[in-house]
Amino acid sequence: MEDFRLRPVTTALPAVLLEARGVTVSFPRPGGGAAVVLDRVDLELRDSEILAVVGPSGSGKSTLLRILAGLLAPTHGEVRYRGQPVHGPTPGVAMVFQTFALFPWLTVLENVELGLRALGVAPEERRRRALQAIDLIGLDGFESAFPRELSGGMRQRVAFARALVVEPDVLLMDEPFSALDALTAENLRTDLLELWLRHRIPTRAMALVTHNIEEAVFLSDRVVVLGTTPARVIGEVRPELPHWRDRESPEFRSRVDEVYALLAGERQRRLVHARPLLPRLPPAPVGLVTGLVELVHDADGRVDVRELADELRLDLEDLLPAVEAAELLGFATSHDGDLVLTDSGRAFAEASVQDKKELFRQALLERVRTAQEVVQTLRRRKPPRMPAEFFLDLLERHFSAEEARRQLAVVVDWGRYAEAFAYEEATGEFSLETEEDLLGL
Amino acid sequence: MSWFPSLRLLRLPRASGPDLLLLALLAALVYGLLAVVPGELKRPAAPVDLQPRALPGYAGLSLLRMTAAYGLSLGFALVFGYAAARSRRVERVLVPLLDVLQSVPVLSFMPAVLLAMVALFPRQEVGLEVASVVLIFTGMVWNLTFSFYHSLLTLPQDLVEAARLMRLSGWQRFTLLELPAAAIGLAWNSVMSWAGGWFFLMACEAFVLVDRTFTLPGLGSYLAEASSRGDLRAVALGLGTMVLTIVVLDQLVWRPVVAWSQKFKLELTEDPLGPRSWFLDLLRRSTLARAFAEHVWAPLVEGLDRRLRSGAVSLSVPARWVGGAGVALAAAAMVSAGWGLVSLARLVARVPSEGWAAIAVGAAATSLRVLLALALAALWTVPVGVAVGLRPRWARVVQPLAQIAASVPATALFPVVLLVLLRVGGGLQAASVLVMLLGTQWYLLFNVIAGASALPRDLQEAAASLRLRGALWWRTFVLPAIFPYLVTGGLTGQGGAWNTSIVSEFLEFGGRRYQVVGLGGLITSAVADGNMPLLAAATVTMAGLVVAVNRLVWRRLARLAEERYHL
Repeated sequence: MEDFRLRPVTTALPAVLLEARGVTVSFPRPGGGAAVVLDRVDLELRDSEILAVVGPSGSGKSTLLRILAGLLAPTHGEVRYRGQPVHGPTPGVAMVFQTFALFPWLTVLENVELGLRALGVAPEERRRRALQAIDLIGLDGFESAFPRELSGGMRQRVAFARALVVEPDVLLMDEPFSALDALTAENLRTDLLELWLRHRIPTRAMALVTHNIEEAVFLSDRVVVLGTTPARVIGEVRPELPHWRDRESPEFRSRVDEVYALLAGERQRRLVHARPLLPRLPPAPVGLVTGLVELVHDADGRVDVRELADELRLDLEDLLPAVEAAELLGFATSHDGDLVLTDSGRAFAEASVQDKKELFRQALLERVRTAQEVVQTLRRRKPPRMPAEFFLDLLERHFSAEEARRQLAVVVDWGRYAEAFAYEEATGEFSLETEEDLLGL
Repeated sequence: MSWFPSLRLLRLPRASGPDLLLLALLAALVYGLLAVVPGELKRPAAPVDLQPRALPGYAGLSLLRMTAAYGLSLGFALVFGYAAARSRRVERVLVPLLDVLQSVPVLSFMPAVLLAMVALFPRQEVGLEVASVVLIFTGMVWNLTFSFYHSLLTLPQDLVEAARLMRLSGWQRFTLLELPAAAIGLAWNSVMSWAGGWFFLMACEAFVLVDRTFTLPGLGSYLAEASSRGDLRAVALGLGTMVLTIVVLDQLVWRPVVAWSQKFKLELTEDPLGPRSWFLDLLRRSTLARAFAEHVWAPLVEGLDRRLRSGAVSLSVPARWVGGAGVALAAAAMVSAGWGLVSLARLVARVPSEGWAAIAVGAAATSLRVLLALALAALWTVPVGVAVGLRPRWARVVQPLAQIAASVPATALFPVVLLVLLRVGGGLQAASVLVMLLGTQWYLLFNVIAGASALPRDLQEAAASLRLRGALWWRTFVLPAIFPYLVTGGLTGQGGAWNTSIVSEFLEFGGRRYQVVGLGGLITSAVADGNMPLLAAATVTMAGLVVAVNRLVWRRLARLAEERYHL
């Protein structure tokens, strides 16, 4: 067992460094009303802890991190750093970005010096401290290289060095490892944790946003789970395992399952309490949905979704929309983290290519409100054609402009496969075209 | 081949409403001054020395003027690009205004600028010099401003956030983020601006206004004088000097600048085929340059950095200042626009109906010529450009040669072309289209080469294995694949063609006046005759036409290119 951060023995909790109180972010929708990105979120980051925030895409976790960093102002609520309200970027809080955010025209050394330059540190002192940080993070030898000459992992190391060189109290990380390949990510995670556990960095607390549940459980003392619609904290899991954690251990697995169950429960709840009007469609390409149903069928109608993701070398995050779509279409349901095929799912998996389309079409028109809306509108038209703008307007009454476009793309994708309607990109028109129309031209 | 601006860089600002109002504002700027400035100038034309020994001095003087104009342009671009990107209110006024201004031919600014500057400065030579610099400036500034503005709008979000988190000062933000991110676009557009400067140098150094000729010693006036006297030897010498100057400047300044600017690429990928410069390599290896960088430049930057950071002198512009400046600017624009509308209405009301008829016919004739020139250009540049672009070895030879050929301003060639065509037949009609072709074809050629050399290898191989040949190969593979480049080339090319029409439809040559029906010729002759109402009406028509065609045709094509034919 390696040495790890000692927790205070007293029953009193460590001091709160950074906190969000009732943070709400919303923006007006084009058609009136407001889209809520974050809904009354409370969050505390305490001294000597690593906090992980997980949640599905669209849960506003990156927005939350930016609000903590002072990059964004919440619509309501406030952020406090050591008890003082935060209005804008705060000294003592540094951040690492998913995309590294390195200045391509500055060398490694210049990039790392940048934060000190902003503080007005004299050149010699600047250089000394930057070289120290570079050394610490394992970049020595690369001082005069430009970011484009480095691999992804090295780039993210530069970003870490740049964040750490100002000796921040709080280090915020936005998906810091997700742009890296698995091995590089693991390396960097281990190095970071080692620096933290051995007190090689003066940082007092770290918060990271991630969609990788294992990563969250591996690194953090606390995993906060965010949900969507509305986006608020739906639960918290404390791994309470000593470092270094064994990913294969039953304790570790059970913590991961706990987080996963929280996310799955949230999904179920969303399906049951679907909002009136148009529910949000999961952004899953149709091929992934049908492929998933067949995979579950091949596995005798029941799979552990997390294991399936591992097998397929997919991030759970990438597979979840397809899971959700299969549930929405009535092809499968979730039980305790397992995905179980329904009768219609089984029928679908066993059908021929043409029959699959027919079954998909029935499911789509029975269960997906957006698709029903499209087809009913087209049926009322003579000839049955309608510009995409019409449906986009309709969707924008329920979603942000960007989300509306995404929703429309999903409907087009599913509808095309089901041959429920046609969409012509050149004219931007939906139509009800039958096969005879296409053949007869 | 990043030597060529991508569609994105060239994309025009979004459509904006009050173009008519802004046309009026423009008229106020240019012609309103006429009402204030008493326009009596008495000065005999300075004699231009056609001896070859005068040429180096003239070249130097022209370079000085262009440098001054370029400095002004860069300053203007930085200030106004920044203001437009930082404040929505400024943006709403400035962007459409610049859009209209950039489609006004340089020559149309001439009477107002000339008279105003001569009136402002007690000594006439000084006034003339300033007028010349301002005129060159009007041909250089717009694309630079748009380029900087566009770069600021497309700053990578993560870098902006990182800069904010590190709390860089305004000055640091500007020098470390905003200026570097804009560097490639600025370098590119500087090259274009200088080409534009050379293009109109003749018009900017020798003014003919109401029977008076004002000349400044320079390469442009030398060429103008030589051609108006019909001295072909002097024309050849002048042209040779100009081409030499352009080539030297390109090798010693612009090529190094463009190659150096590659350092500021935002993409994190290496491009071994990017622009290179032997002179830059030389500089990079030079100890002297390195010593200068280390002992003069770096401490200077450091000192500035620290002084400006300490808050004593803060360059960071608070939002409310920008907002205030925006309000002031908008108010000024409204007042000028009102005044402009009145002046414009007064001027244009004096255009007789025959004048309007001439303008309509001229507009149609010039449009046809522009179309013809574009079609002719496409006819030879597409096959040649594709042939060259698909063969990297050819491209290495052809590219520099074509660049030298392209650097010769079509305006300077016009008298020569005309003289030849007057002898062999064809006359001004043919000469006019031919010169327009010279002014437009290079844009297309370079873009086609760039497009063809960017054709993905896998598509080329797929086309070969499918045995696509002849018309099918062109129709289904090459033409769609280079379509975005064709649009870029066509857009800039037609701008060049309209510009050329100003000089290619009218010429006083060896004491005789040659003119064909056309909007450009109408503008030039209106300037020469001092017919301000006609000048105003013809200029407004041309600017309106160019803006309309850009909006209705090119912008749609650009959107189509981006959506359908983006590789």
